Amino acid sequence: MKLLGWVYLALGYAFVFLPVVVLVVFSFQDGRLPVPPFQGFSLQWYEKILSDSGLMTALWHSALVAFISSGLALLMGFLAAHALARVRLPGSVLMRGLLIAPMTVSYLIIALGLLTTFNQTGVKLSLITAGIGHVVINLPLCFAIAFAAMGDHQKNAERAARDLGASEVQVLWHISAPMLAPALAAAFFLSVTFSWDEFIIAFLLTRFEVTLPVEIWSMLRSGLSPATNAVGSLVFLVSISMVFLLEIFLFRRVK
Amino acid sequence: MTANVSIQSVTQTYGAALALDHVSLEIAAGEFVVLLGPSGCGKTTLLNLIGGFAEPVSGKILIGGKDMAGVGPSRRPTTTVFQDYALFPHMTLADNVGFGLRMRGVAKAERRAKAEEMLALVGLPGKADRRPHELSGGQRQRVALARALAVSPDVLLLDEPLGALDLKLRRAMQDELKAIQRRVGTTFVHVTHDQEEAMAIADRIVVMSAGKIADIGPPREVYLHPKSLFSAAFMGEINQIPVIQGQSPLGPVAQGTGTLLIRPEAIGLTGTLPLGPCRVEDAAFFGTYVRAHISPLAAPDLRLTVHLPQASSSAPGDILTLFATDHVILEA
Repeated sequence: MKLLGWVYLALGYAFVFLPVVVLVVFSFQDGRLPVPPFQGFSLQWYEKILSDSGLMTALWHSALVAFISSGLALLMGFLAAHALARVRLPGSVLMRGLLIAPMTVSYLIIALGLLTTFNQTGVKLSLITAGIGHVVINLPLCFAIAFAAMGDHQKNAERAARDLGASEVQVLWHISAPMLAPALAAAFFLSVTFSWDEFIIAFLLTRFEVTLPVEIWSMLRSGLSPATNAVGSLVFLVSISMVFLLEIFLFRRVK
Repeated sequence: MTANVSIQSVTQTYGAALALDHVSLEIAAGEFVVLLGPSGCGKTTLLNLIGGFAEPVSGKILIGGKDMAGVGPSRRPTTTVFQDYALFPHMTLADNVGFGLRMRGVAKAERRAKAEEMLALVGLPGKADRRPHELSGGQRQRVALARALAVSPDVLLLDEPLGALDLKLRRAMQDELKAIQRRVGTTFVHVTHDQEEAMAIADRIVVMSAGKIADIGPPREVYLHPKSLFSAAFMGEINQIPVIQGQSPLGPVAQGTGTLLIRPEAIGLTGTLPLGPCRVEDAAFFGTYVRAHISPLAAPDLRLTVHLPQASSSAPGDILTLFATDHVILEA
């Protein structure tokens, strides 16, 4: 029975990670096609993509959009969570619901809605519009994580800080945010990962300057190549690093 | 720094509940006042009003002669030691203690020096670079005290500061709290439900019940000459004997109708008020005294608790002729 458990575990992991393994393996393919048989180990495709300025610019754009939009989403989510956790407002349950609601709406719908809005208001599509789209999808996430982490423990410390002469902004900066640092870091890195991988919104809301997933999409249209695998592997490497950072922040949380 | 506090006919409500009912209280500068009462008596509400965490529905609070209406906690000359310490877990002890000074724009080196001085004052010298989670409960409480005192408040508010400590540590901290108050000279307003703690540290005890002041005075006064049945019973065990038109079941005692109050330790073999011969119902050795229940032969329905001397070897059924020394008659 015990063996069966291990087999199940192995199958589960294989199911999840086999596609990634295949992607990474064939990114080292010494040949023109990322399909079996494996013809030998080569770093030529990595060399090719790293010297491709279009790809590198897109990578830079993705990083820029991911970090800035996540920072904004975190700031807004944290402030909203703090307000709704501390102050009793009329209709705060409704407000909480409305803040989390975008999580249940598909990215395609959000992208279409934003696209229509930008067209109507004459806002030119750019990395900024894609960034706004990413704030829309990540704000509910940041809000939910920050709100769940707020407890009476922080509340009392905030009260003490106020008593010692801190203004509301000082309370947020010196007490609330540092005390919630693990949760806020988790929210931030999760947002970065989501933004980094996001395609539909970035595809519909950018025009001349594009993010990496959009660039990869246009590469794919000219057919399969180990170069796409190499880019995919790089993207995966960044994502997995984010997840590791997240784990470190989550599990090293001070009691 | 120190200041007087004047509470003038303060009323506070929570929804329909009346938490404070026209409470007036004068606290002198440098005084150590203890607000004593059971939970829900309004003592913490009063402390919060002094600290500015809430505004009274009606009435005025003056600190150092200044009306505090509309002044928030951060701008009042008060600081609070909270029951759960409310230390900042992400800061060192030096940063915790120096926080109030930092908010006042004091330079880092000066803050550090003051923090070390305050930590030494509360008996934690050389621990400035520790963090709160490395400390025991008693030590955290000391840090909270140092943090509140570091900004030299005029009035220090203490919200059941010793409530979370075990009994032995609590008794030790009481003495220290009193000594620190003497040294800094700040007005202390301390909330507790422990009457022994109140007597140990207070210059004056304010006994509160159901949103009103039930009694007020120095510990000896409140204990020996309570002005209400509530404070008589809250300060410690007491025998209550009904008096109707000067007549108690034990004989004539005074004029009027009310209640004769006698503490168990005020009953003995000598005294001013004769209780007559009494039958010992039961007796148990309590260390420093023998606790017994007695019934006066003149009033067999009456059951009094007495503390007999340690050496007493009274057994149930014995007849003793007893007297009371201190007694109080509260007129109804």
